This record gives sequence, structure tokens and C-alpha cells, in this order.
Amino acid sequence: MKWSSAGGTTRACSSMTSRLGRWAVSLPPTLFLLVFFVAPSLIMIVASFRFPGEYGGLAPLVEHGRWQYTLETYRFFFSDFIYAEIFIKSFAVALATTLICILMAYPLAWLIARSPKRHQDLMVLLAVLPFASNFLIRVYAWMIILGPQAALARATNSVLAVFGFEPVTLLFSPFAVLVGMVYVHLPFMILPLYTNLARHDPALLDAAQDLGANAWQRFWRVTWPLSLPGIFSGSVLVFIPVLGMFAIPDILGGTGDILIGNLIKEQFLGTRDWPFGATLSLMLTLAVLALAGLAAWFARRGVGRHA
Amino acid sequence: MRKNSWWLWTAALAAYAFLYLPLLIVVLYSFNDSRLNAEWVGFTLHWYRELIHDTDMLVAARNSLLIAASASLIATVLGTLAGLAIHRYKLRILPVLAVTPVAMPEILLSVSLLLFFNLVFRPWLGLELGMWSVIVAHVTFCIGFVAIVVRVSLLGMDESVFEAARDLGATPWQTFRLVTFPLILPAVMAGALMAFALSLDDFVITFFTAGVGVSTLPLEIYSMIKIAVTPEVNAISTLLMLLTLGMIVLASRIHGKAFGSSGP
Repeated sequence: MKWSSAGGTTRACSSMTSRLGRWAVSLPPTLFLLVFFVAPSLIMIVASFRFPGEYGGLAPLVEHGRWQYTLETYRFFFSDFIYAEIFIKSFAVALATTLICILMAYPLAWLIARSPKRHQDLMVLLAVLPFASNFLIRVYAWMIILGPQAALARATNSVLAVFGFEPVTLLFSPFAVLVGMVYVHLPFMILPLYTNLARHDPALLDAAQDLGANAWQRFWRVTWPLSLPGIFSGSVLVFIPVLGMFAIPDILGGTGDILIGNLIKEQFLGTRDWPFGATLSLMLTLAVLALAGLAAWFARRGVGRHA
Repeated sequence: MRKNSWWLWTAALAAYAFLYLPLLIVVLYSFNDSRLNAEWVGFTLHWYRELIHDTDMLVAARNSLLIAASASLIATVLGTLAGLAIHRYKLRILPVLAVTPVAMPEILLSVSLLLFFNLVFRPWLGLELGMWSVIVAHVTFCIGFVAIVVRVSLLGMDESVFEAARDLGATPWQTFRLVTFPLILPAVMAGALMAFALSLDDFVITFFTAGVGVSTLPLEIYSMIKIAVTPEVNAISTLLMLLTLGMIVLASRIHGKAFGSSGP
């Protein structure tokens, strides 16, 4: 309950100090983020309309007494199908990663949610603990496991040899990229799924059983539809970071396994074509914003239906 | 409680194995007496000895700690203010500003900061990329995390405590210093620890904003993985995992206190 006992004069005085307090509290973080988050984002938008410099970077903004702006990078992006193809491929990898994460996380999250309450915290901690190790270490682990001299590759190839197939390399392949993506992002799916499943009312399943539903029907008609919001938030948390990932294809992928992230990195650190890099980054930003908007729309619809 | 079926256990155990086996292999091979991470040869501490004498790695470790300490300190101050501001006042812009850098793919923040530092700071202020640019970049994405932790702890608090302080004649500053701050301190500490861990761990944003001269542990690990893999990487990985584990234990102690004192 809200009430105030302050009198007229003290209220006027305290409203002034509280306005001062408001500025003192909100101004420093707002200013910092305006300078180091908003300004850089705006600069990136502007950079995408500029000419590349002769030795990399950007050409001067004003040259021969004229402002130098162009739509060249956007024309370039749409002139060659290879760039659209890399975007499509990145979406496909993100989608595949998300689906595999759902398949792997669901049984684990469900088991934890159905375990005795006193075990649940520990089981969740065990599921997310590997996530606390450095990102590169987790990717590096798969370099060892999938390496050409490691047991897995040798076993695979000896099996393939029995059936008369050519030996394959596991590392530096799209397969390795997918494994790495799933491994790194799995906890993002486990946590929201568990949070959702743990809230389900067990009475619903009892009721379904009393009404004659078998185990599969109880899952498909009760648990699964109720868990969709959890799957949904997990999918957003997996899909978006995978879409922009450059390090995993860089380390586990072959020369051909390039995603949007690698393309952007190449423009800034390799060929130094900053305007094109900025254009690609903007395209990725737009894709992420569209996905976020779509997610918000779905979430609102879902809430409306279950309310 | 329903009995879990055998297949659910099997699938869940497989998921746990999938999560842990790769890391176990990294740790195991850090003690392996072979240059190749392919099969077990014999026990050795050789790779740890190599690590101690690797000056590049030691410099990188010192840089990492320096960056993490400064970035988490600044991010904790700004993030705590942001958390307080978002909770107290109906702000519309600040929540978006604090959370968006966390929600976007890391590479977007990285390249926009790279552009910003190169186009504004270098020509106008004569500053080359270095340790400072990494610290600034880390603060930018850590503010959101600290703000969220502080905000969540404020949400769990009884507003009447602050009203009581005001009614007893405390100025806003006194209310903050004597009531609010002691109450949110555990959350602030947890947020600081989180920011420290995130900064220590970060690869992508550091990769773009570090410039030429500065190296951190993740950057060092990356170049070792890309150029020449030796079990020295396993050794540094094992040590880093131990460090993170220690920090998690510490954080959970603080976290436990945070929720023990202000829980519902």
C-alpha cells in the first residue's frame, strides 16, 4: 500500500532533492551507454554508406569539397548471391543447432523437474557448470575429440572401411561446427526448459491418467503444449548467438564453412573493407531485430491464449 | 512423485556425459606425456612446468586480471546505479540501453566499438587501441548483467523499509547509505563477481578491441589453438577451470547470504 506522510513544504523540498537523486542515479549509466553503445551503433550505420579507404578503413568523409556517400556496399551485397547464401546458411545452422538443443535438453530438463525437490538444485548446477569454463576451452575440447588421430575418427573410419567407404575427416567440417555450436549453447536451452517444466502442476498428469490417457498421450497432450513457452525462450537464447558466431566455424570448421560472423570479421580484420563490414553487421542487426520482434509477438499471443 | 522411466534416465545421463566428457578429456590430457592429444602415454607435469616459464602467457594472465578487475569495478558502480534507477523510476530508455548489448550477438558490439575507437578516439584524442579500449568494451556489456542482478534483489525487498526510513526523517542519501545499500550489498557483490568472470572469460569482444600490443588469456589460448596445439593449452585450461570453480563456490556463498537475509 502506498501512502505518504510528508507535509506540503517538506514534500516540495524532498521533490527537489529526489529529482537531484534521480539524475545522480540514472545519468552516469545512461551517459556511458549513450557514448559507448548508441554512438558506436550510429557510427556503424553511417559507415555502411561511406567509401572504403585506399589502405583499408574509410575514405575521407569530405573530399574535393563534397560529402562522400554511396549505396555501393548495398548494391555489392545484392550483386552476388554468395552473400545471401551465407546468410541462409547461417540461419540453417542456427535452426539446426536450436532443434538439436531442444532434443538433447528436453529429457534432461524433464528428468530434473520430475526429481525430488531437494535434488533439483544440484542437478541444475551440474547441467550448467560446464558452461562456466572458458568458451574457447569448450570448443578446443572438440578439436581433441574430433581430431584425425583421436579414437573417434579412427573408429569411424575403420567402420567405414569395412563397408568400403572412403575415410572421412571429422574435424574442420560442417559436422564439427554443428557439434561445437550445440555444445556451447546447450545450457541456454536446459535452463528455461527446466524453469518451465518445474512449474507444471502434477495434478494435471494425474487427471489425464484417470481419464485414461497413456504415457505418450499424457506427454503429447499435456506436458508438451505447456512446455512450449520454455522451448520458445530457450530457442531465442540459442538461435540469436549462433547466428552471429564466428569463433566456432573459425576453429572447428573447414575453409568453406563460413557463416555471417566470419564474413564480418574478415571485412574488419582481414580485407579491411569497413563499409562492407558495417553493411553486413547492419543486415545481421536487422535479422536479429526481426527475430526479436517475432519472438515478442509470439510470446504475447501465447500469453493471451493461456491467460 | 512419479517414477522416472528408464529411457528418460538414459537420455538425461547421455546429456550429462555429453556435457562433461569433453572437459574431462581436456583435463586428462593436460597430464599426458605426449605432444599429441590422441592417446594416453604416461603421467607428467611437463606441460604445467612449460606454462610457468611461458612469459607471454604470464603477461596475458596479468593483463586478463587487470582488465577484469578494472572493468568489473566500473561496471559494478554503473550497473548498480542502473539497477537502482530502473527500479525506482519509470525509465524507458535505460533498461533498453543496459540489456541490448547483452542480447545482441557479441560480434555486433565488437565491430561497432572497433569502428568507434578507430574513427573517434584515435584521430580526435590520439589514443591507440589497448588495454583501456578492452576495459571500456567489457564495461559496456557487463553493466546489463549487474543491473539485472541488483534489480532482481530490489524486487524481492519490502518497500516499507525505505518508507520507514523516510518517515523517520532520513534524507535520500541517508536512506541509501544506511538502508538500501546494506540491503543490496550481497547482490552488488554477486554482480561484481559475475562481471569479473564475464570479463576474464571474454574472447570475441576482446579479440576486436584489443589492438596489436595487448594480449589476454583467451586471446593467447586462441592463437595457440589456431597456430600450434600443444597440451600446454590443456594445462592453462585446467587451471582456468579450477579458478572458475573457485569463483562459483565464492559466488554461491554470497548469493546464499543475499537470499537468506532478504528472502520472502
